Amino acid sequence: MTDNAGPILIHGARVLDPGRGVDAVEDLLLGREGILASRTATPVATIDARGLLLVPGFVDLHCHLREPGEEHKETIRTGLEAAARGGFTTVCAMPNTRPPIDNAAVVERVLAAAGAAGRGRVLPIGCVTAGRAGEHLAELAELAEAGCVAFSDDGSPVADAELMRRALEYAGGLGLPIIDHCEDPALARGGVMHEGWVATRLGLRGQPAAAEEAMAARDIRLAALTGAHVHLAHISTAGTVALLRQAKREGLPITAEVTPHHLALTHEAVLYGPPDSLLPAYDTHARVNPPLRAESDRRACLEALADGTIDCVATDHAPHARTDKECEFDIAAPGISGLETALGVLLTLVDEGALTLERAIEAVTIGPVRALGLDRRLPGLGTLAPGAPADAVLIDLDARWQVEPEHFASLGKNTPFRGRTLRGRVVATFSGGRLIYDARAAARV
Amino acid sequence: MTTTEESAAQAEAPARQRALSGWKGRHILDLDTFSRAEIEHVLETADAMREVLQRDVPRVPALRGVTVATLFYEPSTRTRASFELAGKALGADVLNLSASGSSVEKGESLIDTVRTLQAMGVQVIVMRHPRSGAPYLAAAHCQAAVVNGGDGWHAHPSQALLDLYTIRRRYGTLAGLRVAIVGDIAHSRVARSNIWGLTTMGAEVVLCGPPTLLPSGIGPRISTAREEVAFPHVTIEHDLERALRGADVVMALRLQKERMQSGLLPGLREYARRYQITAERLALAQPDALVMHPGPMNEGVEIAPEVAHGGQSRIEEQVTNGVAVRMALLFLVARGG
Repeated sequence: MTDNAGPILIHGARVLDPGRGVDAVEDLLLGREGILASRTATPVATIDARGLLLVPGFVDLHCHLREPGEEHKETIRTGLEAAARGGFTTVCAMPNTRPPIDNAAVVERVLAAAGAAGRGRVLPIGCVTAGRAGEHLAELAELAEAGCVAFSDDGSPVADAELMRRALEYAGGLGLPIIDHCEDPALARGGVMHEGWVATRLGLRGQPAAAEEAMAARDIRLAALTGAHVHLAHISTAGTVALLRQAKREGLPITAEVTPHHLALTHEAVLYGPPDSLLPAYDTHARVNPPLRAESDRRACLEALADGTIDCVATDHAPHARTDKECEFDIAAPGISGLETALGVLLTLVDEGALTLERAIEAVTIGPVRALGLDRRLPGLGTLAPGAPADAVLIDLDARWQVEPEHFASLGKNTPFRGRTLRGRVVATFSGGRLIYDARAAARV
Repeated sequence: MTTTEESAAQAEAPARQRALSGWKGRHILDLDTFSRAEIEHVLETADAMREVLQRDVPRVPALRGVTVATLFYEPSTRTRASFELAGKALGADVLNLSASGSSVEKGESLIDTVRTLQAMGVQVIVMRHPRSGAPYLAAAHCQAAVVNGGDGWHAHPSQALLDLYTIRRRYGTLAGLRVAIVGDIAHSRVARSNIWGLTTMGAEVVLCGPPTLLPSGIGPRISTAREEVAFPHVTIEHDLERALRGADVVMALRLQKERMQSGLLPGLREYARRYQITAERLALAQPDALVMHPGPMNEGVEIAPEVAHGGQSRIEEQVTNGVAVRMALLFLVARGG
C-alpha cells in the first residue's frame, strides 16, 4: 500500500454503505478532498481489496482522549492511533480533561494536537457547566464557535434539574445537543458495580438500574419541556430502553447510544473475569460506569439497537494506567479501553445472529452522524457518497483474533475482553484520502 | 461471548481445579471453592487440634520454622488474637502487622506489602481488609498462602468454619439442620461465608431481617421465582417468628450503628422490637436450639442479654473453637493435608 498524494483506487471490495443503502461490489476512488466519482481522476495507487468489506470510516460519539492533563493514560496522538486501528476516523472527545474543555482555549489546544497527530478527526465536546462543577453554565456559545459539536458533563451528571433545564434551552438555541450521562447521584452513591446478585455475592455496593432510569426520565421530560435535543450516553438498562422507546413514540428530540461492552457483557464479568482468573475474579477491568448490567438489560439494549430505537454504538473509550486497575475493586478507576475492540465485539454479535451486518456498520457510521447531526457540519460524513470526506475502512470479516491488550496502540490496556476471541478485523483505514492504518504494515513492525 | 450459565461454568472449571489441587500453599479466600469433603477434612483436623489445646502444655511443634504474618488493615481483637494463638500453639513464628488507614488508600501498597512479606520468607499471610475482594488481589500477586481473615462485606471463611465446627460438635452433623441467620445480612461477611459452608454441608438456611438489610438478589423470592440470585438454596424471611420456628441453630449478627445514619433503619429501638433474639422468641425454635453470635455483641439490640448468656448460648464456645479451627487451617496450608 502507498501514501502518495494522489487518489487511491480501492478495487473489488464489497462496499457496504448503509447511509446510501448500498451493498455491492464496486470500486471506490479516494481523493484528499473527498470521495471522487469513479474515473474522474487517475489513481496513483490501486489496492486489490477483493474478498474484503469496504465501509465508511467509523464515527465515535464518545471517547476520552485524556489530553490535556492525563497524558500517562492516553494522548490525542495515541488515542487517534488506537482509533485508526479500530476503524474510527472521527472521534468526539469528551471534556473531562484537566483542565476540562470548558473554554475556547482548551478546544483550540485539542484541535491543534489532533491536527499535529495527522490521522483522523477530533470533534470536541464542550462542558455544560464551568469546570464540570454543575453550578453554572460554561460559555456554550464560545465553545460552539470554537468547534464543539455538543455539550456534556460526562462522568458527572448535571444533578440540578433547573440548571439542566436552562442548559438545554441555551444549547438548543445554539442548535447543539446535550449528551447526558444519566446517573442519579444519590441512588448511585458509592456503587461500584450493578446492584444485583453478583454485587451481593461479592459484597460490593451496587448502583441500581433505577439510578440511570430516574435521570433519563427526568431529562426526557426536560427535552419535552424545552424542545432541545438530549442525547442519552451509554444507556445500559432495560428500563432506560423502555423510556427511550416511549420518548421516540412521542416524537421527542431524544437520541441514544450504547457501548459494545454493554451489548456483549454482563455483571458476571466482574465475578468470573478472563478465563484464567481466580474465583471470584473481582475483575477491575470490568469496572465501568454505567456498570455492566444483568443479562435481561443486555438483551434489551441489543434488541433496541437492532430495531433502531438506540441510534448508534459509541465506545466510551476510557483508557487508564495499569496502576488505576491493579488495585482493590472499589478504588479501581472505572472505564474500558474500547476503540480497538469495538468492531470485533460488534461483528462477533453479528456472527452470533444478534445483529445484521448492515445494522452493525450503520451503528458506527451514519447512525452516530445522524444522531448528532454531524453531517450539517461535514456533508456526507458517515457515507461513501461522492464528495463525502474520504474516510473508509477495509475489513476482513472472516478474521478471528485474540484480544491482546499489550499490543494495543492505546496507552490504556484496560479491557475485560482480554483473552477473548473476536470476529472481524480492520485491514486498513483511510482518512481524508490517506492511508492512516495498514494492518499488514503493523504486523511487520 | 455472552456469559451464559454454561460459559460461566466453563470459566469456573480450571480455576476450581487449581484452587483445589492439594492443601499446601492453598489460599483460603472463601468457602465457595470448598467441597463437602474438604470442609469435613478441616473439621476433623480441628478435632485433633482441639485435643492439643486440652493438654497441660497446649503446644506442638508442627509448624516450627514456619512464619505466619497477620496483616490487618482493620481493627480486630478476636480474629487476630485467635490466629496468633493458633500459630503459636503450633510452634510457628507469628508476625503481627497493622496497616494505618492511609496506606489502605492505594492498592499498590497492598501488593507491595504482600510481596515484601513473601520475600522475607513468610509462608502464610492472614489478612483482614475493609474492602471486599482485597485478599484476591493479594493472592494474585504472591506465592504465600493467603488466609482471608475477613474482607469487607464479602467473606470470613475461618469464622464460618468455626461456626460449622461448633454446630457439628453439638449435633454430630450439619445435614438437615435448620439454621436461621438473623440481622444485617447485607453488610455481613460472616453471613455470606456461612451460607456457602452450611448449604454445602446440607443444612437448610433461613435469612431473616428487614428488607433494607437483605440485599438485592441474595436469595429467591416467591414472587419472582426465575430471577438469578446469589444463593439459590436459602429461604428469605422478613418475619422473625416465622424464621425461628423449628430452627436448630439461631445465629444473630451484629448491627452496626452506622446503619441508622445511612437511613437503612428508623432506629435501634424499632430494630430491637422487631428483630432482637429474646427468650420468648427463642422458644419458637427447637427446644435445645443453639444460639450463636460472631461477636462482638450489642446486647439488648440484636440479642437479649439473658439469651446471650443463657443455657442455649454457644457464643463462648465459638471463641474457644475458633483457635482449634484456625490451627487446622494454618497447619493445612503450611504443611499440606
